[in-house]
Amino acid sequence: MTAHMEISLDVNGERVEAHVLPRLNLADFLREHLRLTGTHVGCEHGVCGACTVRVNGEIVRSCLMLAVQSHGASVETIEGLSDSGEIADLQAAFRDRNALQCGFCTPAMLMAAQDLLKQQADPDRERIREHLSGNYCRCTGYQAIIDAIETTARRRMGRKP
Amino acid sequence: MTGSATHPETLSALDRPNSYIGKVVPRPNLERLMQGRGLYVSDMELPRMAHVVFLRSPHAHAKIIGIDAGAARRMPGIIAIVTGKELAAVITPWIGVLSHLKGLKSAAQHAIAIDRVCWQGEAVAAIVATSRAMAEDAAETVSVEYEELDAVTDMRTALDPETPVIHPSLGDNLAFERNLDAGAVDAAFADSDEVVEAEFIFGRHTGVTLEPRAVVADWNAAEARLTIYQGTQAPHMVQNIAAIHLGLEESQVRVVCKDVGGSFGIKVHIYADEMATYALSKLLRRPVKFVADRVESFNTDIHARDHRCKGRIGVKRDGTITAFEIDDLTGIGPYSMYPRTSAIEANQVVNLVGGPYLTKNYRARARVVFQNKNVMCQYRAVGHPIACSVTEGLVDLAAAKIGMDPVEIRRRNLIADDAYPCASPSGLRFEQLSHHAAINKLMAMMAYDKLRAEQAALRDKNIHRGIGIASFIEVTNPSAAFYGVGGAHISSQDGVAVRLDAQGSVICQTSITEQGQGSESLTAQIVGSVLGVSMERVRVILGDTDNTPYGGGTWASRGAGIGGEAALQAAKVLRSNVLDVAAAILQSSSAELDIVNNAIVSASDGSPRIDLKELARIVYFRPDTLPPGIQPELMATRHFVPREYPFAFTNGVQASWLEVDTNTGFIKLLRHWVVEDCGTIINPQLVDEQIRGGVVQGLGAALFEKCIYDERGQLTNANMADYLVPMSREMPDIDVGHVVSPTSETELGAKGAGEAGTAGAAAAVANAVNDALKPFGAVISEIPLTPQVILMALGRI
Repeated sequence: MTAHMEISLDVNGERVEAHVLPRLNLADFLREHLRLTGTHVGCEHGVCGACTVRVNGEIVRSCLMLAVQSHGASVETIEGLSDSGEIADLQAAFRDRNALQCGFCTPAMLMAAQDLLKQQADPDRERIREHLSGNYCRCTGYQAIIDAIETTARRRMGRKP
Repeated sequence: MTGSATHPETLSALDRPNSYIGKVVPRPNLERLMQGRGLYVSDMELPRMAHVVFLRSPHAHAKIIGIDAGAARRMPGIIAIVTGKELAAVITPWIGVLSHLKGLKSAAQHAIAIDRVCWQGEAVAAIVATSRAMAEDAAETVSVEYEELDAVTDMRTALDPETPVIHPSLGDNLAFERNLDAGAVDAAFADSDEVVEAEFIFGRHTGVTLEPRAVVADWNAAEARLTIYQGTQAPHMVQNIAAIHLGLEESQVRVVCKDVGGSFGIKVHIYADEMATYALSKLLRRPVKFVADRVESFNTDIHARDHRCKGRIGVKRDGTITAFEIDDLTGIGPYSMYPRTSAIEANQVVNLVGGPYLTKNYRARARVVFQNKNVMCQYRAVGHPIACSVTEGLVDLAAAKIGMDPVEIRRRNLIADDAYPCASPSGLRFEQLSHHAAINKLMAMMAYDKLRAEQAALRDKNIHRGIGIASFIEVTNPSAAFYGVGGAHISSQDGVAVRLDAQGSVICQTSITEQGQGSESLTAQIVGSVLGVSMERVRVILGDTDNTPYGGGTWASRGAGIGGEAALQAAKVLRSNVLDVAAAILQSSSAELDIVNNAIVSASDGSPRIDLKELARIVYFRPDTLPPGIQPELMATRHFVPREYPFAFTNGVQASWLEVDTNTGFIKLLRHWVVEDCGTIINPQLVDEQIRGGVVQGLGAALFEKCIYDERGQLTNANMADYLVPMSREMPDIDVGHVVSPTSETELGAKGAGEAGTAGAAAAVANAVNDALKPFGAVISEIPLTPQVILMALGRI
């Protein structure tokens, strides 16, 4: 078996040093080594989007990235975005609109939604649907999620939802 | 309260001031899930926990000649490698039959295959290691020698004499057959102006829960007790079955169900690999965790809906439907699933076809055959999508044949809203349905006539849009008639215990479970409303056999209707008990008192008398100050099971508006409408979201989802890149409307709402596609409606 490698990265603003196998993916590193279990693993082949995290400000599928590739990077997970308050309004809109049922897709869905709203302040429904099209939700049928994101966008624009 | 009086309500228990019933209130505990701080089984870690990976058969049907795990045992981190034979010393096999499904047969199934594998994906050995990765490494070095056997894959030839019999001791590959002949079918067909027939083909699909099946089993040898942490819809069922097959008492098994990443019927069954995990924990005397990966999920989560159903309908010129006839065939894999069996879906198809309509002439045959593919069993809306697609497809074909509008033919044949109670030809009893009110409401919501005009105008521009309508009925609130009467230890009753804590808040334990539907919310809404306590002061505990009353759980659209009624009745008893104590404290009578906003008030003028917090303080810490002979009972438990009707049927109607690209075969869903009647609505938002989620599951089946097996029984698309599920881009907005016909069997009046969306969505889409393709004379009766299917029907490929 290949030897462990040393990595050093920022996770939710904290410095993390670790020895990991080169084959370990970032999702498993976050979940099993750092116990950040808000990052979920749904398909482990980059389709379902449940493992979406932010690496250096860009959303990535953490099941498709190796932990060693995050050496020197800044990684943000749902726990970090929640604690900083960055997506508190989005989370409130999800709650009010019941935009989650089992909740397994939700952390990643929030990550993807926030990514869109940072890129584009006022997306229309079709644009929202397009941006979320890599995040699978079996429970909601998506409409409530689209509604919650649309509401948040309007509120951030200072308009009535 | 000893000798407690009853308190007649001036208002119904649910119709009190500040009632939460019928209100949109956010579900409790969503923050946890949104912040990534839930606890799904896949997140769990226990001290000394080992991980199991199952080595699975690459063959659909083969003898196991030998297993050589010598090299694997020497790999780092390996704790044990266990074969089926070794595990059989710890856990007994099972047979998935129920006595009320007459003639249903199946063979004994083991937790891990012994001697023979019967589908690609059946486990042949368990590799237990200190990490999943190490177990996977070792699994690659285990060598299994197989002797391949002929695989039975095509359901159409499964019963042919030249086809090998999968389980020779059963005599043939027929698991179950049901025949029904009601009314005078032959005479009705002979008397019809037109008889139309078609064969309806349904793709085999599966649930694709985002969190795969996951279990942590923890056998504590010192306590002689097994704790099973599992994302299951039916904790008490799992407790019972684990105990039986591990040779334990139920008191030695605790099942704990925390957050569940989707279930939809997938997680209501007993799976061999989960049973193996329980047994491995007992064998190895330590916690063992199993989490299916996605490929395993596709190969072992139950599949559903693989039906081919020939249907026939008779109709008169005036639109009167004279008879329905079906011949349904389905292949269920090599075993009938345990304990709910794999005959229920076909049985439901027989029950439900023609169900919304007046005709009494109905003949049906359903045959369920074994094959060497993954097991099939109950998945959201069991049987309903088949029955609805066949019925509604036939009704549209009949309408087209006589040149009648699809809405008009339905209006002429749907059972009248004032004709209840009545029964269907298959013996289903309907208490109160509302087909006509529902279709009237649908017409208004979708502006049907305007849409027809738009469709006609666009056709002139070579844009092909279609409207599809599908009426449906839906089984909810099942009594013991579903499983209990057949001998299964699956509870149809549910229980709720409510108690006032020492600060006047309410703790509520319920036997229904939460997988995101809103069980916690509806329970808190009901209990809070009845007690006059604000919802944030009601804490709901569920999913733990040690800490909830005994009950069935959440499946078959039963949580609100059955668990909700138990919550209502338990809360009424507690309310009565609280008022009795209050009367004693206040030297008043309970009839003169009420509970509003967490306080005892005067019933007459609402003036505050004593806070519940103060009442609880007196009861728990200063009972010495209460009058002699008063023993407060600030905890109450009630159970409920429907007795009058075996099932509380609901009804509804769906409509699809879509566009077919006749060059590419792609379908664009433009809009979808649902009107349904689930009786009393506890939380409109939760009901609507159940409907929407259910519809999208049905839309997936209509357009994308299919487990594609080759002729050797190999599942060729066992991943999410090749097995397509509905994603946000392709899904339409869905408008939901309601008609409300409460069931009078309960005080609550609620029927189920969780499966109605799935029941009719595919039928509406298929009818809309055929409507769009009418100018081309193409008729399709197959789902999924892939571009290939569309283009072939158009003769383009």
